[in-house]
Amino acid sequence: MTRAGFVIANLFRKKTRTILTLLSVIMSFLLFGLLQSVNHIFNAGADFIGATRLVTQARVSFTQPLPLSMKPKLESVPGVARVTHSQWFGGVWQTNTPLFVFALDAQSYHDTYPEWVMPEEQWRQFAQTRTAMVAGRQVADKYGWKIGQKIPISSNIYPQKNGSKAWAFDLVGIFDGKDENWQRQTNQIFINHDYFDEANLFGKGRTNFFVLKLAPGADAAAVTRIVDGMFENSPDETKTQTEKEFNLSFVKQIGDIGLIVRWILFAVFFTLLLVVGNTMAQSVRERVPELAVLKTLGFTDGSVLGFVLAEALALCLVGGLIGLALATLMGNLVEKGSGGQFQLRVDTWVWSVGIATILVMSVAVGLLPALRARRLKIVDALAGR
Amino acid sequence: MSESMVQVRNVTKTYERGKQKVEVLQGLTLEIPKGDFVALMGPSGSGKTTLLNLIGGLDQPTAGEVAVGGKRIDTLSSGELAHWRARNVGFVFQFYNLMPVLTAEGNVELPLLLTRLSGAQRRKNVAVALEVVGLSDRARHKPRELSGGQEQRVAIARALVSDPQLLVCDEPTGDLDRRTADEILGLLQVLNREHGKTIVMVTHDPKAAGFARRTLHLEKGQLLEQAA
Amino acid sequence: MLRQVRAITGINILSIPERWAPSLVIVIGLAGVVAVFTALLAMISGFASTLEAAGRADEAIIIRGGSETELNSGFDRDSTELIKQAAGIRPGADGKPLASAEMMVVAELVRKEDLHSGANVTLRGVDATAFDLRPQLKMVEGRKFTPGLRELIVGRSVQHQFSGAEIGHKVRMRGSEWTVVGTFQSGDAYESELWTDINIARTTFGRTGSSSVLVALDGTGGFDTLKAALAADPRLTVDVVRQQEYFSSQTRQFRQSIGVLAGVVTTIMALGAVFAALNSMYAAVATRGKEIATLRAIGFGGFPVLVSVMIEALLLALLGGLLGAVIAYVLFNGLTVSTLGRNFTQVVFSFKVTPELVARGLVISVIIGMIGGLLPAIRAARLPVTTGLREL
Repeated sequence: MTRAGFVIANLFRKKTRTILTLLSVIMSFLLFGLLQSVNHIFNAGADFIGATRLVTQARVSFTQPLPLSMKPKLESVPGVARVTHSQWFGGVWQTNTPLFVFALDAQSYHDTYPEWVMPEEQWRQFAQTRTAMVAGRQVADKYGWKIGQKIPISSNIYPQKNGSKAWAFDLVGIFDGKDENWQRQTNQIFINHDYFDEANLFGKGRTNFFVLKLAPGADAAAVTRIVDGMFENSPDETKTQTEKEFNLSFVKQIGDIGLIVRWILFAVFFTLLLVVGNTMAQSVRERVPELAVLKTLGFTDGSVLGFVLAEALALCLVGGLIGLALATLMGNLVEKGSGGQFQLRVDTWVWSVGIATILVMSVAVGLLPALRARRLKIVDALAGR
Repeated sequence: MSESMVQVRNVTKTYERGKQKVEVLQGLTLEIPKGDFVALMGPSGSGKTTLLNLIGGLDQPTAGEVAVGGKRIDTLSSGELAHWRARNVGFVFQFYNLMPVLTAEGNVELPLLLTRLSGAQRRKNVAVALEVVGLSDRARHKPRELSGGQEQRVAIARALVSDPQLLVCDEPTGDLDRRTADEILGLLQVLNREHGKTIVMVTHDPKAAGFARRTLHLEKGQLLEQAA
Repeated sequence: MLRQVRAITGINILSIPERWAPSLVIVIGLAGVVAVFTALLAMISGFASTLEAAGRADEAIIIRGGSETELNSGFDRDSTELIKQAAGIRPGADGKPLASAEMMVVAELVRKEDLHSGANVTLRGVDATAFDLRPQLKMVEGRKFTPGLRELIVGRSVQHQFSGAEIGHKVRMRGSEWTVVGTFQSGDAYESELWTDINIARTTFGRTGSSSVLVALDGTGGFDTLKAALAADPRLTVDVVRQQEYFSSQTRQFRQSIGVLAGVVTTIMALGAVFAALNSMYAAVATRGKEIATLRAIGFGGFPVLVSVMIEALLLALLGGLLGAVIAYVLFNGLTVSTLGRNFTQVVFSFKVTPELVARGLVISVIIGMIGGLLPAIRAARLPVTTGLREL
């Protein structure tokens, strides 16, 4: 036996009580893990994007397309190395499963986004074949698409010139991401803008976004000012922002997810504190004579405080770790089950915050009982006072 | 037996119960030589347990001096007292001795957690202590699986395991039947006569006191000496 | 039997204050579950009812085939006229069909609490018929816009959530300036919009025709007549949807995703609450060990003891549930928020804590209370009398 063994043995004094308390802790941290990862995705999902690209959209909303004729003007701005464009296709798989399909210019896109990994041969095929499409690994895997197949995709916005919303494209390449973060984004599909613009009923030489790749050393803020200044007071006013800001602005429109998550977790942990705190308090109260005997044996007041705190820590740590592990498992299942659509990853950040919370919680629930244990007088305790 | 084990000089202990001040011990002086086996008797409220607590270093006197093994313990801080107790005293109480969550072995090992002995050494000392009290075959049992007498034996083994010079016992047989009580008291005698332990025992039972070498009587915080 | 139950329960309830700590755990635990559950559902209910309030069964929206939302849809001038003349549309008092061609443009306003990020709101270009078809829409401040001028009227909800939309202010869109001249109220999704004259919107934004057409249906057969008439015309590709159906489909996605969130969160919290309740009730039974044993020794049966424990659990659970409902109501009822609708524009809505929601919350807490009380109650009833007395 060791001091640690003694602490653990004491936890099982009242087995039912310990197990029920442990289960409460597990449930709380399960919820914590899931909610924090949801929150994290929404509010920090853009962290991995560097600051090398700007996105230009119509000022009012990205749903208003801009004319392609703007492109030369954008290319002329000092600090801009490359300009590519992208248009939202409104892709639908089979009856009503949404797809992330973008019509773009293969060559300039390839230059602007080195983070996509695909054999050069496939990029060339994509650029040369008008009806070609390339798909990200995640979405290709989900639907079992193979290179060489003709994939039927409909659009819920753009019909072909014959009025039909059903389109089909030849899959010539499958791309992956250069690292874990980019790999998570491989649920996109690209088609050729030229073909799309010409073949669709409303083709007008327009695009939703221009992506500007900055030259090394260029000042993003300056370029932004110049671009937006060029089109101010014109019918096609622009809003330019860094790619990261662009991603975040979308989330902000959904609402303050962080606030909702915080409120829920507050309610949960407030209750948990009560539950575990009560358990610890009861446990110490029942053991007053035993704690006194420990002191008679020569354990100092400080040691006894340590024992109680260690007990609180053991309880919270075991429950918390199991809860976080369950959350990670559930998150993985959700992610796999939705083919990458719901990326609920309980990552390092969530675990770190989780462990910090466990530690704070241990002290919060253990401190008062531990102080009580430290303070108790041997003589009074043994006499039953 | 001439060397002094316990020296209590002019000790007073006062408690405050609400607004009242109760003087439990008044200017008490006493000496216990090494190797002695003393029984402390007296009516309830006489202060015998209080005196025992002072001798064992569980409490401090309001005035006066207490020295054990030549060392003044009334001037020690509570932390120092804890360290001192670990090395110098073993306790046996009437109730609550054992941790219900540990086995007999585990209970006896507890004081050794305060030492720097390795796990193997600790287990060896535990085995020896359990052998002395004759309970080696019950080492793995939990207290609820032991009889009252067996529990007290384990308590005694624990009191011995750090090899202290002084054993302090507060009504050790108060909760036991006659036969078991006699067995426990016989064990204490063996520890005193063959192992040289100095024992101070509080009891209300004259038959138990009979096992000691001498008996001291207390009444209202004062000592009335009487030879065994 | 009933007398026994009443007697024991009475003793039981009176002794709850002695066990206030574990009892508090149940009350607060259940308050938390019910509060969160009620708040999330109030959010769904508020969003759905705001959108659905705008939907009538006797009006239909016509949009371009397959576009699903007004924003994705668009008709040229000829198509718009064809649609307005189709069979199945009820004529108005002046004999002309009650059909409103409407044009949607996306505008940007700044949120009140976050002045740096813009949010998209809908600008709807309309003519007079639009008002006829929406009797619930009333002007509450200022005046209607003057056709031909760049003037706007603004929904009250928009003014609550966004800055820069008060009367007299100017809103900039696509290089043009528009003045807000009035405020309207309608109690539904239209209140999250800016309205202006359709013709000035057409000329300013270089568009012709419309995004959608809203019509009043002529009698019970009107919908089918209209649908058939439009389908038969080879020049048109349209979807005809009852206004009610249009809005309820708009809420489906929101309802589903928040519904899933509410379900998952509440289930996990409820499980946690069950464990906490079990813990507390076991503790309560343990504390009362002597008392129960004494009662049994006197002659009270095991069943009344069981019932009394269950009643204690239920009482505490109900208390917790009520507390949770009150908290949800006080904190959330009427709270106005906005989020992204299907058009990628904002919809402003309020949380709605309805009596039905409160009832559902109470049912949940009662169920949890029963589960949390049952096992401990059985243990209490079966405790051997001698064991209990020994704790004396």
